Amino acid sequence: MAGPDRNPIRRLLALPNESRTKTVLVAFLVSAVCAALVSGATVMLRPIQAANRAAEEQARIAALVEGIPGMAELLERSGGELSTVVIDLESGRAAQEVTPATLQTALADPANWTALDAGEDLAGLGQRPDYVQVFLLRNGEEISLVLLPLSGQGYGGRIDAIMALRGDMNNVAGIAVTNHSETPGLGGRIEEAAWQAGFPGTELRDASGEVQFRVARGTASSVHEVDGITGATRTGRGVTNMVRFWMGPDGYGPLMDAIRRGEF
Amino acid sequence: MAARGGYWSTLTDPLIRQNPVTLQILGICSALAVTTTLATAVTMSVSLTIVVTLSAWIISLIRRHIPGAIRLIVQIVIIASLVIVIDQVLQAYLPDISRALSVYVGLITTNCLVLGRTEAYARHHSPLPAMADAFGNGLGYSLILIVLGGVRELFGKGELFGVQVLPLASDGGWFTPLSLMLLAPSAFFLLGLLVWTIRSLLPEQSEARETTPPLTGEPAE
Repeated sequence: MAGPDRNPIRRLLALPNESRTKTVLVAFLVSAVCAALVSGATVMLRPIQAANRAAEEQARIAALVEGIPGMAELLERSGGELSTVVIDLESGRAAQEVTPATLQTALADPANWTALDAGEDLAGLGQRPDYVQVFLLRNGEEISLVLLPLSGQGYGGRIDAIMALRGDMNNVAGIAVTNHSETPGLGGRIEEAAWQAGFPGTELRDASGEVQFRVARGTASSVHEVDGITGATRTGRGVTNMVRFWMGPDGYGPLMDAIRRGEF
Repeated sequence: MAARGGYWSTLTDPLIRQNPVTLQILGICSALAVTTTLATAVTMSVSLTIVVTLSAWIISLIRRHIPGAIRLIVQIVIIASLVIVIDQVLQAYLPDISRALSVYVGLITTNCLVLGRTEAYARHHSPLPAMADAFGNGLGYSLILIVLGGVRELFGKGELFGVQVLPLASDGGWFTPLSLMLLAPSAFFLLGLLVWTIRSLLPEQSEARETTPPLTGEPAE
């Protein structure tokens, strides 16, 4: 080869490996290609993963209802279907304009979200949707079970769960954790059935109506507590705050009052 | 281990004779963690084999242009990207198994086996032998994982791939599951026994003694 090569790529490849230009360029090229690969895979596979998660959530809800004594039978009598209602959290009544089918579009509008003050924001969410889809199971006219989706800040990220309450709106019938990013083996154990088994029979409120529920540090010592997980104090606190927020006045409080008054 | 013996010996050597797990004792942590059932062991084996083969191929392709100063970083970035892609694919198409494997797919990145093969072999050989070597090592790792996973699932639950093989005593059969097999220590015991067996059969694998025992036989007067 006579004279310097005109092709810049070939000129670059011909540089000695130890040269600074080549080191920087190879580092840049490798990271650019790898970044494209990773983002491409994530974006392309996201719809399938979302569908999987939705199917899994349905399965969790079904398993949650099946696991509550007496409910499988009741579910069968009501036609095997839970009734789905979109609730306006502010008023605690069924939403007039929003249906389960249009909920996604409604929540895409920032006007349908309420910002939370630091004082109210127990669950660390920052904002709260005005409309939530809940599931009801009726025994005749009476509501015998409500499934309420909860979400709140855990230690590693957001925790999503579904809590089943009996018709008196005080007795917990069960919980299912649908999504979390807690440390595997420590906080991640909130998804284990062994831990979730502590929830049925727990009472949310004391006689004065205050929410007293909490995840204990260690073993549960009262009817308002569930066992804590060793090494996962902050996950436990996250679950406590999540339940307290959603059962409080900014969460499902108005809805629960309405159900207790028999207006639902 | 050079390409002297051809691709066949490059491919088959790591199965028993140069097995990465039992001889080099690499990749132990995942071998202990994911072998409670055969299905997770097989998925982990397939994922690791794909990652190690592809990364060996890519690194071997650009081996003449990897600057020495940043060669480990370049290798790890390539391996990590492949691992993320595999993890995403598993999450999309095998969500249950992906949940069972939890963090261990991500930890393939730090599996010494993968970086060991790219650093020691792929960096100095052309793509085909590099891939043969990496694939062989992946198969060697898979072999051990599948043996461990099979034994642990069979004796821990009486199942293979989730299908009941041995009738359980609780269901009227004769087999009482050994719960120890489902705990991590059992994988350690099994792996130890496996290493012992292989080294007894192939004595050249045994390491030289680090110390010599004191001479006995002549009692002090």
